[in-house]
Amino acid sequence: MNLGKVVGTVVCSSKNDGISGARYLLIDKTNQRGEKKGDYLVALDLIGAGYNEMVLITEGSPSRETPLTVNKPFDALVVGIVDLIDENNKVIYRK
Amino acid sequence: MVLARVVGTVVSSHKSQKIEGIKFLLLEKIDPATMKGKGDFIVSMDSVGAGLGEIVFYVSGSSARYTDVTEGKPSDSAVIAIVDYIEKDGVYTYEKNK
Repeated sequence: MNLGKVVGTVVCSSKNDGISGARYLLIDKTNQRGEKKGDYLVALDLIGAGYNEMVLITEGSPSRETPLTVNKPFDALVVGIVDLIDENNKVIYRK
Repeated sequence: MVLARVVGTVVSSHKSQKIEGIKFLLLEKIDPATMKGKGDFIVSMDSVGAGLGEIVFYVSGSSARYTDVTEGKPSDSAVIAIVDYIEKDGVYTYEKNK
């Protein structure tokens, strides 16, 4: 998975993704300290991640491995909201 | 999914038999903060009827085959949505009819 921060939302009315009322978040990929890379993607959010939260992003076909996205055209999915990251016994990110 | 602008179409009459009747869009990846093109282009199959100049996002890889238009076709990229608004840090960086 990649780490990313929720920086916004993407609204679409005409779409062909097989889900009604899908919530698309604008994600900026970050490193483990939360520093943004300016590398944006759109990810489907099923768990309700909020603005500026650090999230775990799954990309590619594994994004179809949830009850709602099975056999649907998705390749980026928010799979978790990060509370804390520690590195070499030091907390480097806390929600 | 990756954000892009529809900058053109690609027509191919001599092609794999399975992908007849599908529209190919020429897309340029964009940076949603500035809405500027990144000079990085791809060809993607259109499953939503996107028009020239519209902002869309597309899926790549095997997921591109999970729309009704691209099912069972040799497709690794499909446009699945036309974007109306992009909101970043509380500000609209893109509004479709503006």
